Amino acid sequence: MKSGVLNLVLKRLAIAIVTLLIVLFAVFFATSMLPGDTASILLGQAATPEAVAGLREAMHLNDPAILRFLRWLVGLLHGDLGTSYANEMPVAALIGGRFVNTMKLAGITTLISVPLALTLGITAAMLRGSVYDRTVTVLSIGVISVPEFMVATLAVLLFAVYLKWLPALSSVNEAHSLADLVRIYSMPVITLTFVISAQMIRMTRAAVIETLSTPYVEMALLKGASRSRMVLKHALPNALGPIVNAVALSLSYLVGGVIIVETIFNYPGIAKLMVDAVATRDLPLIQSCAMIFCLGYLLLITAADIVAIMSNPRLR
Amino acid sequence: MTVARAASSRRSFLGHSYNLVGVVASLVILAWTLVAIFAPYIIPHPIGDIVDDDYFGPMRQGLWLGSDYLGRDMLSRVLMGARYTVGISLAAVSIACFSGVVLGMIAAVTGGWFDTCLSRFLDAMNSIPSKLFGLVVVAAVGSSIPVLILTLAVIYIPGAYRFARALAVNINTMDFITVARVRGESTIYLIGSEILPNIIRPVLADFGLRFVFIVLLLSGLSFLGLGLQPPLADWGALVRENIGGLPFAAPAVIVPSLAIASLTISVNLLIDNLPQKIRDRDA
Repeated sequence: MKSGVLNLVLKRLAIAIVTLLIVLFAVFFATSMLPGDTASILLGQAATPEAVAGLREAMHLNDPAILRFLRWLVGLLHGDLGTSYANEMPVAALIGGRFVNTMKLAGITTLISVPLALTLGITAAMLRGSVYDRTVTVLSIGVISVPEFMVATLAVLLFAVYLKWLPALSSVNEAHSLADLVRIYSMPVITLTFVISAQMIRMTRAAVIETLSTPYVEMALLKGASRSRMVLKHALPNALGPIVNAVALSLSYLVGGVIIVETIFNYPGIAKLMVDAVATRDLPLIQSCAMIFCLGYLLLITAADIVAIMSNPRLR
Repeated sequence: MTVARAASSRRSFLGHSYNLVGVVASLVILAWTLVAIFAPYIIPHPIGDIVDDDYFGPMRQGLWLGSDYLGRDMLSRVLMGARYTVGISLAAVSIACFSGVVLGMIAAVTGGWFDTCLSRFLDAMNSIPSKLFGLVVVAAVGSSIPVLILTLAVIYIPGAYRFARALAVNINTMDFITVARVRGESTIYLIGSEILPNIIRPVLADFGLRFVFIVLLLSGLSFLGLGLQPPLADWGALVRENIGGLPFAAPAVIVPSLAIASLTISVNLLIDNLPQKIRDRDA
């Protein structure tokens, strides 16, 4: 039966790769629909038609889309992300440091939100129907139902305006001490943690409740096991697969979250870079940033699926 | 999405079971719908007029929700914003659900390579984060109301497709479908008269959920300045243009946020409190 799991996982990975290709093509196609000619945009209003035609030739803009796509793909495989239209710098150099910043933000958020959400989700499921459970459920529905920017503005109102604990805006360059660092990261991290945790709490709670309603948990209850023993020893090990799945899926919401959070808090990450690139219509930069986000998203949802396959004892 | 059960507040009245939360939620939704339809007739001031000497003015008589960053009446702007937020989202979710459900039913009925290809392709589309997709499209073709509606619709077609297909595949194995097939009925008849009536209720619940996603995404895009362009302003754009009032907690930035929240939370609560048989996926 072992090979069954392996087959399923390999199949899932193959699907992920095909999906990645389709996604890359979609991103490429969407960005090449840009109205107006890239060459004439680059050269400005005063360019002669000859110059524009020359640049078009040099940039291979006259080639069919599929050929340009393949060329772009080969460039990607060689680590060549292209050159930014806006400031002529290699895209890789622009993204480098920003990528680290975004990963830091995502990493810190994950470190805080995963334990927090799991604790809240599991305890809410254990105390199902209690006031505590209902408070957690209502709050998480509330956070899910509102846009991320509203969570962010509420956080600013609460922590920066009324309580005056934290500055509303952050700038990574001003970090000189640990205290500064905490002050800078706290607002974006708090906002993201709220958004991610709400999803995770709901999914974790649902997964544990589903396990708790199985016959063997009822059996544990009937043989007289205590409530905590019933949950920790009997239910949790079996709910682990669905929970890890929920964690991975919730983390994929980070992708949407960072776009809003980095913009609001002026945080120098790739999401901010990308939003700015959209404003200046900097194609290669948009393509590369979009690709990084899609890749991260795809990795997380593929991981979630693979965990779900691996944790299914019927396939093992 | 798993739905929290709110069984505690369910009451019975004249044989009809109703639920207080559900009723309040439907009233809020109804109110916003009426506002969206009649906004031009009920706004106290034209939305472009500067009526206050002060910007980010507080709530007071005549300017019930204060003034915005240019001293314009916030109440009028929020009422008109309802038009764009509700209108665009409703148009987008209608297109998304209609296309998704029709394609899903056709895929379930025909099966074979059509089903496989379409499912693969739409799953791939689903692997593009929605905000990112919006960003890229807006970067590519610019932002206008038709573009926004289409983009939002395209983003949510895969989800609607997947949902409808899963339901339709179950129905497709039933005997009455086989009978209809043996009778020689066309695909159009099969999906329209045999499958659709059996999946319509969960599909409508899904319609509501997707509406919420679209409202949130539209607001998010507008907040980033990529949605509705000035002078038009939906609720997300209202938050964006008044974000400068945040440090002094101006109503101009809080009220549109609350408007979004009231709409989305109401729709979520309404769906959560629908009778079980309407809501359940495998109803």
